[in-house]
Formats: sequence, C-alpha cells, structure tokens
Amino acid sequence: MIRAVIVINDQGKPRLIKFYDYQPVEKQQEIIRNIYAVLCSRAENVSNFVQDSTFGPDTRLVYKTFATLYFIVIFDESENELAILDLMQVFVETLDKCFSNVCELDIVFNFNKVHTILDEIILGGQVVEMSSSEVIKAVDDISRLEKNPNSIVRVQKSISGWQ
Amino acid sequence: MSGTGGPSLIDSLFQRTLDDLIKGIRLHIPGASQSTFISKSLDEIRREIKSTDLQTKSIALQKLTYLHSLHHIDMSWAAFHAVELTSSSSFIHKKTGYLAASLSFRSSIDVLLLLTNQLRKDLGSNNQHEVSLALECLSVICTPDFARDLTPDIFTLLTSSKSFIKKKAIACLLMVFSQYPDAVRVCFKRLVENLESAGDNNAQVLAATVGVFCELATKEPRSYLPLAPEFYRILVESRNNWVLIKVLKIFAQLGKLEPRLAKKVVEPICDHMKRSEAKSLVFECVRTVVSSFYEYEFAVKLAVEKIREFLMDSDLNLRYLGLQGLLLVAPHHLWAVLENKEVVIKSLSDVDRNIKLEALRLVMSMVSDDNVVEICRVLIGYALKSDPEFCNEILRSMLSTCSRNVYEIIIDFDWYVSLLGEMARIPHCQNGEEIEFQLIDIGMRVKDVRPELVRVGRDLLIDPALLGNPFIHRILSAAAWVSGEYIQFSRNPFEIMEALLQPRTNLLPPSIRSVYIHSTFKVLSFCLHSFLLPEEGVNSSLIKVDDIEPGFTYSESEQEFTENDHATSYSSMHKGDTFTQESIVNVLTLVITSLTPLTESHDVEIQERVRNVLGLAQLAQEEICSHHDQKEKMVDKVDLKTSTIVRLINEAFSEDLGPIPFNAQERVPIPNGLVLEDNLSNLDSICADVQLPINESFSLIKPTFLPTDGDSTSNQQNEEDSEVSAAESTSLLAEHRKRHGLFYLPSDTNKKASSSFPPANDPKQGDNDVEDLVKLTEESLVLKRKPNLSRPRPVVVKLDEGDRLPITVKKTDENDDLISGAVRDVLLGNEATSHSNNPSGRRKGKSHSKDKVENSETSSSSKRRSKHRSHGKNVEEKDENSEKSKQKSGGRHKSRRRADGHIDVAVQKPVIPDFLL
Repeated sequence: MIRAVIVINDQGKPRLIKFYDYQPVEKQQEIIRNIYAVLCSRAENVSNFVQDSTFGPDTRLVYKTFATLYFIVIFDESENELAILDLMQVFVETLDKCFSNVCELDIVFNFNKVHTILDEIILGGQVVEMSSSEVIKAVDDISRLEKNPNSIVRVQKSISGWQ
Repeated sequence: MSGTGGPSLIDSLFQRTLDDLIKGIRLHIPGASQSTFISKSLDEIRREIKSTDLQTKSIALQKLTYLHSLHHIDMSWAAFHAVELTSSSSFIHKKTGYLAASLSFRSSIDVLLLLTNQLRKDLGSNNQHEVSLALECLSVICTPDFARDLTPDIFTLLTSSKSFIKKKAIACLLMVFSQYPDAVRVCFKRLVENLESAGDNNAQVLAATVGVFCELATKEPRSYLPLAPEFYRILVESRNNWVLIKVLKIFAQLGKLEPRLAKKVVEPICDHMKRSEAKSLVFECVRTVVSSFYEYEFAVKLAVEKIREFLMDSDLNLRYLGLQGLLLVAPHHLWAVLENKEVVIKSLSDVDRNIKLEALRLVMSMVSDDNVVEICRVLIGYALKSDPEFCNEILRSMLSTCSRNVYEIIIDFDWYVSLLGEMARIPHCQNGEEIEFQLIDIGMRVKDVRPELVRVGRDLLIDPALLGNPFIHRILSAAAWVSGEYIQFSRNPFEIMEALLQPRTNLLPPSIRSVYIHSTFKVLSFCLHSFLLPEEGVNSSLIKVDDIEPGFTYSESEQEFTENDHATSYSSMHKGDTFTQESIVNVLTLVITSLTPLTESHDVEIQERVRNVLGLAQLAQEEICSHHDQKEKMVDKVDLKTSTIVRLINEAFSEDLGPIPFNAQERVPIPNGLVLEDNLSNLDSICADVQLPINESFSLIKPTFLPTDGDSTSNQQNEEDSEVSAAESTSLLAEHRKRHGLFYLPSDTNKKASSSFPPANDPKQGDNDVEDLVKLTEESLVLKRKPNLSRPRPVVVKLDEGDRLPITVKKTDENDDLISGAVRDVLLGNEATSHSNNPSGRRKGKSHSKDKVENSETSSSSKRRSKHRSHGKNVEEKDENSEKSKQKSGGRHKSRRRADGHIDVAVQKPVIPDFLL
C-alpha cells in the first residue's frame, strides 16, 4: 500500500502532506526533514528511487522533481516502483489540467483542492483511479457542489472580497 | 475585538479566508515574525470557530486544518467542531469537516464516537461525493468500533451500481478488515465476486479488488490459494497493467506455497514478459519469476535477458531496477550475476549512489571462498577512490561478508588479517569498531593466525601517525590487546613495548589507553619470564597447555618455534639472545619513566593499571639491578622474588581466551528466590542517596575484550593495600544491604551462585553444568578443508550455537491471523484441519485464533466434512462438481449468503485441486 504522499519545495517547505497510516505530528516533521536531507543531497539526473527505512525495512520511496517541487511517494512491497512513477505522472498531469500550467503557487493557494484531487486518486493507501480525465470529472463535480451553497446564501466574506 | 467570547459580527464580516492566511504567512519572514503571525491567527481561529454561523466556523476550520497539516499546529482541541461541520447539510462545510477529521483525528480522540452516526448517514447518502467523503475519512481514521458499526453499510456499498462508489468502498474495506477481522465474514464473498468485474466501467473496481487481495495475500498468502483460479483468469485475460502487476504479486506469494500452481502460471507470465511494452509490468514479471519461480530455467533465462536490457538502458531508473533484479536472481542463479559482472563492477563508480549501493550488494553476492581475495582487492581499490560515505559502505559490506558464518569463506586468514590492517589505513575508514571486533575475534578463534595477527598489530602500533586519527583508535585498541595477549609470537617484544609507551598515546581516550597499559603489563611479564626463567617457561607452559588444548603449543623458545609449523619463519630470531640483562634493564627503565607520570591520572582505570605495571617493574628493577655485577650467577634468577611472581602471572596469562556465545548470559540459571520481573521504579530513591561516580572513570571497554586473567593479577596486587578500605566498604555495603534488602540476592544463594558460575570463556571447565555454556569440544571445531588447496584452512573455533545473535522471527500481526482465519472460514468452510489434499490444512501452529472460530462452528461442519471426503476419493466427480460450482457462483450467492453460505463455499472449494492438477 501507499504509506504517504508528500510534496515539498526545494527549500524543504512542505506543500502537501498526506499519510495513510496515522503518524503523530512530530513524527511527520521528522520524516519530512529526513527525506528532504536525503533528496537535496542527490545530484540531478539520477534515479528516482531512494532506499527508505522510514516505515520499516520494506518501504521504498520514489520521488520526482517538477520545477521547484519534489513529489514523493512512500510505499511498501505491494506496489511496483515504475507503476508508482506512472501514478505520480497522473497526479501531476491532473494538477496541471486543473490549474492550467501548475506551479508551486497554485499548490500553495489551493490546499483544499489539491487534497480533493489526491483523494480521487488514492484512498486508504489504495489507488482508486489512474485516469486523469476521470479525476478531473469528479473534481469538477465537487467544485460545483462546493459553489452551490444550498443552505446559506451570502456575500463572500473576506477582506480581499471587499477590495 | 471581543476577547474570549464568541466572535462579534465584525469578526464574522471581516474574517480572513484561508487565502488571506496563506498570504499573511508568506509576507512574514520565517522565524519569529512568522510564528507570531501564526499564533495571532490561531487566536482569531479560536474565536471564529465558536461561531454559530457555520460559514464562519467552516472557514476557521479550513485555516486551522491548513496550519495543522503544513505548519504542524496542534488542532486536537477543535475535533468537536470538525464533527459538527460534517453534519452540515452544505457540501462544502461537510467536506471541510471531513478533511479536518481525516488529517488530524487519531483513535484516541474521544469525540470519535460522535462521528459514527454521521458516517453511517453519509455512507447511505444519495450524493456519491458525500459517500466518497465518508469513505475517505473512514479509511484513514478507522477504529475497531467504527469498523464493527459500519460494516453493514460498507457491505451495502459493495453492490452499488456506481463503480465510483464501489471502487472506493473496496479500497476502504482493507482498513475495515484490519481493524475488525470479523468484517471478513460479512464482506468477503462480495469482494470475491468483484473479481469478476469486467468492462471499461469496472476496470477500477477490479483494480481496487485485486489491490485489496494483494495486500491481504502479502500478509498471509495461504488462505487465498483457493482463489487461484480467479486470479489465473485475470492473469490471462486482463490487459490492465495495474491489475496485472497486482495479480503477479499475488502469484509471487502463492507460487511459493504451491508448486503445481507455479507450473501453471509461469507460461502466461513469460508471455506478458515477452509481449508487454510497459516496463513496469515487465519488471514485475521479472521479479515474480526470479523470486518465486526460479526453478523454471526457461523463465529465468528470459527474465535475465530482460534484466540485461534494463541494465543496458540509458534510463537510470531501469538500470537501478535491473541491478535489483539481479540481486534477486543471485541466490539461486549466480551465473546471471557473473554473466553481467562487467556492468556490475562498472556500476560501482556510477554517479548515482543508489546504483553504486546495489552494485556493491551484487558484488558481495558473488563472493565465494575462491574469489574473495580477488574481489576484496578490487573493492579496496574502489574504496580508495570513492567518497567517504561510499568508501565506508564498501568496507562495511566487505567486513560483514567476510565474517559471515564465522568467517566461512576465509581460507587464508593471514591474508584476511592483513586486509583488516590495510582497511585501518584507508583515510576515510570509520569502521573501527567492527575491525576491532574482528581482529580480536579472529585472534581468539584461529590459533594459526596469531603470529600474523601480531605482525599486523605491530605495524599499526608503531605508526605514530595513526594515533592522530580518532576513527581508528578502536582498531589500535585491538592491536594493542592482540600484541599483549599473543606477545610470544612477536619478533621483537621490546619494539612493541616502545610502541605501546610512545608519547603520542596520550591522544588516546582513557578506555583505550588502559588497554595499552594492560598490554604493557603482559609484554613486561613475558619479557621478565623469558629472561628469568627461560627453561622453566618452556616446560611448564608446554605441559600445562598440552593438558588444556592438545595440538596447540604455547611456544616461547626457539626450540618450540622450530617444532611449530607457523612459527618456523621466526626461527631465525634467537630469542635467548634477545633477553639480555641490559635489554631487560632498559625495558624496565622505559616502563618506569613513561608510566610514572600516569599514576596521577584522573582516570581510575588508567591509574590502577599503571600501578599494577609499576609494581611489577619496580620490584624487578630493584632485584635485577642489584644482581647487575654478578653476571655469572644466572642460576640465582630462579630464586628471586620477582621470578616467583612472574611465574604466577605468566601462568595466569597462559590460559587461552576463547570466544563467548552471545547467549551465555541467558544460560546462567536464575538462582532461587531471585525475582527478575520486579518493578524497579523505587530504585530511583535508592540511587538518589548513592553518589554515583562519573561513569567514564570506570571501564568503557567491552568486557569481552578484557581478559579475565587481568582480574586475577590485579587482585593479587591489590590485596595488600586494599585491605583497609575493604573493611570500610564492607560495612557500607552491609548497611546498604540492610536498608534495601529487596534488591539483594539472599546471602546464601548469593555465595553459592557466585561460586557456581564459572568464567564463561574458561576452556578448562569441562564439567557437565558448563558443558553447554562453552562447548569448545572437538566436534565444534569445524574443519573445512578443500582437498586441492596447497595450504589447509586453519581451525576456526566455532561455538555450537550463539555465535551470532538469534534472528528474530517475523511476527505475524494478530489481526492478520484473525483475518486469514476468517477468510479461510469463508472460503473453505471450516474444514481446514480435516482434509489432507488441501494445502491450507498444513498450516498449523498459528491456529489459536482460528481454533476459536472453528469451535464456535463445529456443530455445522460434519455435513460438509463427509461431502469433502468424497471429493478426495473421486477425481471425475470432482470435475463435475467444480463445473457446477462455477455456475453456482454467479447468481445464487446473494440470496443464500447467510443461510447456505458455508455449503456454497464447500462446493466451491474443490476447484483448487482440480485447477492445480
């Protein structure tokens, strides 16, 4: 199963953290720090795999760099490394389509939506969708539902909204 | 702003959104100013979240969830608000609540129970996205309670007409099973039915189902053997790579259990390997073949071909995986590695660390007693060229490979010992501890190598440059110990004495310096012995040692050396001439002048040892110098006081030290009346009134490496001057004992115990009690000689057991056990124990949980049992039955699930042997 999906930038700042087995906050921080330390010491154009013992001896880590971001997936022996690389491609493609030319800022400012997208692809550590068009369909549906406040209708209350 | 109360209208109107929060955080420089901003925002959130307006509350929770997830702010206090929002009728509020729950809840939160009803309601919602929110949340925060209460709801979802929901329900099932194994009884058959999903709409349903089975089978494969026909069908029919990969993983597990199954699936796997364009699938096929179906030559050949393609690819990922593949082939088909030797060796200098590491592992897998010398030479070359980190990685794997199974692959120990010496001199070497251990270990185990060991030790000791490198201090410690312990093999003991006393030894940490000093003591007593009692030394030690260890001669004189095979090279040295009056006097002066300053050392260990050495040296100096004039009266030497003492000391030292098994401690019987399980927490109060000295001042050296004979000599020497203090300490001890008697052994057992525990490494002890403590008997000496070798492998002392730490057996999770028990019940009824042709019947030992289950249902099993026996006897009938069962499995399951479930399965079960044959 997939144990975690993490996105951090090249400064080590986390942009997306999703653990599929519960980890206390301190442990999460430690894991991310360790991963960042390993990743930033790796040269460019090397393989995308890192032997990882974060969750025990059989876990593996695959990462991919896109512009300023590291996409990281941690998983165990019931996943295939190359298939996970494909999966990351699907995830990034979907982000790309949802935010048209995704960049780090999109992920920074769309915390909720990025989670929505991820949840359509992986549930409980299991991959439930590999087609990015299906994911986008579901995400669009959800956005429509979100925008239709069937209880209270109000002006959006934000400072920026008033400006 | 309204302090602690609820938010005012103004607050609500001007509430910051999540976007505002993020912008704010970005405006502030990380550090103090950012954390001030965050804590200010947190105060706002605390106010806003109490709002009765759900919109305000929702935005507050969004912000809090963000801060929790990416800035690690605690939000356990807001759990109730999250639960509250999940019950909102507005989708966005609900979603916010669920996201917060799934990112922050853990099983200990007390509001979890409040969520059960809401989850149930949402699992039954008409809106598929609400169902999906609930499933996602459940898959992360599932507890046994949730799983138990919600199993029926998830069961309903498994038949949903929407594959969007079905796939998610299936994925969620895995978590439910692991939390509540009984859910298997309810849901398993529907899960199995989903293996038959086909068509584009259902592709993801099938993928999710196979994924769940893959997870389950990884934990405990045997229970899923009966499903092999289903998996086989998918293997042959499916064109979805994701599904195929998972099925291959399942077969990799099942194939290990059932050879007949392997025969059947190996061809389709090869077909996939040949045909598929997808590297992921090809690699999975390769991995499956080489790890589970390695007996099928043609498949392995094909797999190795594919591995070679991977190795030749320009893509580093593929090269890395290719090396991993080779590593999997290695144990059964070493030829595959040898065939690709060049690529592997070349990969040692790859830019990618991962690839280098894999290559290193592969190289190590090739090592055998024939090529170990050659490979180590190559590796040392690479180690010198590599960066420090990888260099040490190389050294580490060399050390662990060579020492595997008590140096199994080493034939020429002289070479190996000098290799260890060479490693110590590699600039980046940081494996001091392991090298130290091996140098001493080999010294104790392999007698024939001791002369070479002493030579290697000498080379390390006399090099003053090495003392400046803290990483190899441990190695020097071993060198010093070896030189002291086996000084009789030294070409020139005086040289070693000088090396041990050189001024730069003050760079050593106290623990190692005390080893140096103790070795000085041994060297000194050896020199004195050889000088004062040359003849007696030979005779007494010869006889004595022969008593203990036939075949080993403790040789000290030239005569002896000529008799000893390995010592012949040293025969050119005339020991008798070395130990002249003058040289001994020089040595004594050297010892006294260099060690006297250390009598004031702050380190207890050093101080004590120095005093021991000086005690002997001063006595000897007095007596020998006074006889300086009467050179002719050599005979008198025997009568000197020094001679008596030296004789005693030498006798103590001449006992051979042997290796100690790791479990020696465990074998010591626990004395009567000693309670080891007692809670020692009130020891703290006792320790409080005992002023513990600083730890460092006592021995830091592993007790293994401290010769026991050291104790006996120091006892001898200390007895006199410590008598006074002894009385004092006895009274103190008695007082302490009176106050804290609980933690002392009863006094009579204490005495008995201490006298009945022999030193673990004392080879003289042949008594029955000790027999199993250390068994240095003939049988345990492994003589592994190659007939065609010019030089036989020396004897390596091996202990019967306990040479290495016992490997801990991988414990199966109790839940896994329960799951598989339940699975077996569903699939096979509970016949598992009654029949012989089904492999699941073989599984024993783990069955405690299963038994429980079985007992509860034995009443209904007799019918099925009789039915089964008939299957066992008649093969043709079985064929028919399996046909029928296949038809049946289509439609009737659902209606008859509860009533006839077991009978259905019992009929289905014989499909396996049928399929396998």
